[in-house]
Amino acid sequence: MAAKKPAKKSNTSGDELKAYYRNMLLIRRFEEKAGQLYGMGLIGGFCHLYIGQEAVVVGLEAVAEDGDKRITSYRDHGHMLACGMDPGGVMAELTGREGGYSKGKGGSMHMFSKEKHFYGGHGIVAAQVPLGAGLAFADKYRDNGRVTFTYFGDGAANQGQVYETFNMAALWDLPVVFVIENNKYAMGTAQQRSTSSPDIHTRGEAFGIPGETVDGMDVLAVKEAGEKAVAHCRAGKGPYILEMMTYRYRGHSMSDPAKYRTREEVQKVREKSDAIEHVRELLIDGGHASEDDLKAIDKEIKAVVNDAAEFARTSPEPALDELWTDIYAEA
Amino acid sequence: MATEILMPALSPTMEEGTLAKWLVKEGDTVQSGDILAEIETDKATMEFEAVDEGVIGKILVPEGTEGVKVNTAIAVLVEEGEEVPADAGQTAGAPAAEAPAPAPAPAPAAAAAAAAPAAPAPDLSPDWPEGTEMKSQTVREALRDAMSEEMRRDDTVFLMGEEVAEYNGAYKVSQGMLDEFGAKRVIDTPITEHGFAGIGVGAAMGGLRPIVEFMTFNFAMQAIDHLINSAAKTLYMSGGQMGAPMVFRGPNGAAARVAAQHSQDYAAWYAQIPGLKVVMPYSASDYKGLMKTAIRDPNPVIFLENEILYGRTGEVPVMDDFTIPFGKARVWREGTDVTIVSFGIGMQYALEAAEKLAADGIEAEVIDLRTLRPIDYDTVIASVMKTNRCVTVEEGWPVGSIGNHLAATIMQRAFDYLDAPVVNCTGKDVPMPYAANLEKHALVTADEVIAAVKEVTYR
Repeated sequence: MAAKKPAKKSNTSGDELKAYYRNMLLIRRFEEKAGQLYGMGLIGGFCHLYIGQEAVVVGLEAVAEDGDKRITSYRDHGHMLACGMDPGGVMAELTGREGGYSKGKGGSMHMFSKEKHFYGGHGIVAAQVPLGAGLAFADKYRDNGRVTFTYFGDGAANQGQVYETFNMAALWDLPVVFVIENNKYAMGTAQQRSTSSPDIHTRGEAFGIPGETVDGMDVLAVKEAGEKAVAHCRAGKGPYILEMMTYRYRGHSMSDPAKYRTREEVQKVREKSDAIEHVRELLIDGGHASEDDLKAIDKEIKAVVNDAAEFARTSPEPALDELWTDIYAEA
Repeated sequence: MATEILMPALSPTMEEGTLAKWLVKEGDTVQSGDILAEIETDKATMEFEAVDEGVIGKILVPEGTEGVKVNTAIAVLVEEGEEVPADAGQTAGAPAAEAPAPAPAPAPAAAAAAAAPAAPAPDLSPDWPEGTEMKSQTVREALRDAMSEEMRRDDTVFLMGEEVAEYNGAYKVSQGMLDEFGAKRVIDTPITEHGFAGIGVGAAMGGLRPIVEFMTFNFAMQAIDHLINSAAKTLYMSGGQMGAPMVFRGPNGAAARVAAQHSQDYAAWYAQIPGLKVVMPYSASDYKGLMKTAIRDPNPVIFLENEILYGRTGEVPVMDDFTIPFGKARVWREGTDVTIVSFGIGMQYALEAAEKLAADGIEAEVIDLRTLRPIDYDTVIASVMKTNRCVTVEEGWPVGSIGNHLAATIMQRAFDYLDAPVVNCTGKDVPMPYAANLEKHALVTADEVIAAVKEVTYR
């Protein structure tokens, strides 16, 4: 984790900063609420929270254009909120209700939105990597200038299919940004215990894919790196790797007691590198917003999340005949 | 406002736990993220964090209490200066049950069918109109023509796989297709099944209609996660929003003398997966008509070919648009004494056996299933109701075979019609040996089919 940087000069306007603040805060409050609903038994199974990593997805969504695609793993709530999916629809999927994005049939790990070009939500570690390259393949086939953001973790980076995909993505110049969200732990295994070389972003070198490491706790650094990567892809130069150095504050999933790291380690990141606090300071120090302005945003987000939770609790369970639908598309 | 802190569910299976230790005491001010207590679940000891800020007004469940049910109030959080309400802890929250009850499900079709055996009315219509001009073609040519016709018809269809383009196909199935369609649509991949299967599924999710060739389905085991978890399940998991309309094709089952790792029949494996369609044709005309249907189908289709059959010649109708629907078996030979059901290369043993049995005065009805998902049960059941006996034939292994499934279905739907147990003829329950004599013995044979028929006809 890079230590907190001084507020650097940027071209980012106050309105943009406020939007990042709002979007990151939405993810955090949503995830806290999801944790709460899990504790109440309203959400079942596996539930992987994104708290701590918010700057990664918000910074990259800031450079996405209409029609660009995104795909990720099972830690997917943040990605869905950041690309504009409805918080109520996402939360209702977590509670397994009819109003969820997959009508309650996918759950936390398997959610999609055709409208927002969000292609999941995949529960098999690294399966989304070739799938994301395939989405990019479809865009290149159509020559439509679109880019696919393919997110995966430092743990997934050790799966063989990632390198099969790197090879073909480079061979065929596919417009895909590989975003490695390095949160330091593959479930309970620290990176140094699972990964022979710590610099995952260099793993594309063998295939001729440029890569760089980015402070994933700094939304502006993420955005800047994203602009470069996307420009590379849109220019027809093929894939690009961004290794986002980030951190998850919560356990791998809700049932993870996280005994593999100290509480002090987590606290240190929270206190020194928190992505939302960083933007809060930029807003205040830059004179873009007052404490009252930010409180108003906090209040607004709280209301959005409470509404989402209310919808997720009151939306009915899917009708039992939903068991038998969506297995096949009508020929 | 006072809020109750409830005993949390901290794992997918937790129903109750032990409140091992309180890390706060009454009167403490807490922030969101502070650890309130340690709770022992069925899996581990977990730290339980505060979600809201406030003051611990009252601890309702003392530390050391075992068997605390999830959602029991364990403490009360109040705002600064607020009194703890007198009724605190009286309401055990159980919000999980508040969802309105959904409508009851209709009974699944299979269960209804099991209750009342009735003679089905199978679709016995011909696959092409009488008098249609026919031409002789190999299975290989029929497949190529099917793919090429569909690629002319729909420019989102493309072919990818190892050696499909410049080499013209490892088994020459895609002969000439690179010349006609170019490298954009006939794509040589590296030897990387897991990766290109995943890219194919992604391309299908992105709106294209890929045909992914495996040099053999034995190599698709490296990719099977994408066939099942990514291709077959996405439509369901997305609530119908998106799926993977595509074809996975290539030779399946034993060829000749290629031994254990190159000789497996995957029919029963794939036929088990909801979300997939599974095709395993025998004749050249079926290869053509079913491949065209497979490419047009909006679902992932597993198209199981056979290397030995590639060079076989058959009569294929000359039509502008010849397709064969899925789920429609073909009756190759009508008979009254026994029903032989098979598919793919198993049909050659079934037909050979039927010829020899006819010489002995036993008239076998021979049914080619052609598709294994969906299966045309009605044609099989109607035939068994007529012949009262059934033998199934396949090259795959015996345990969990297609024949096992058919036997169970026949037992449920036509038990009273059976005059003998259904017999499954399968490949032997061994890895495929290399030695010529052993390999021959490992495969199902026409003689074994004849013996099975004699057994069920008590001859």
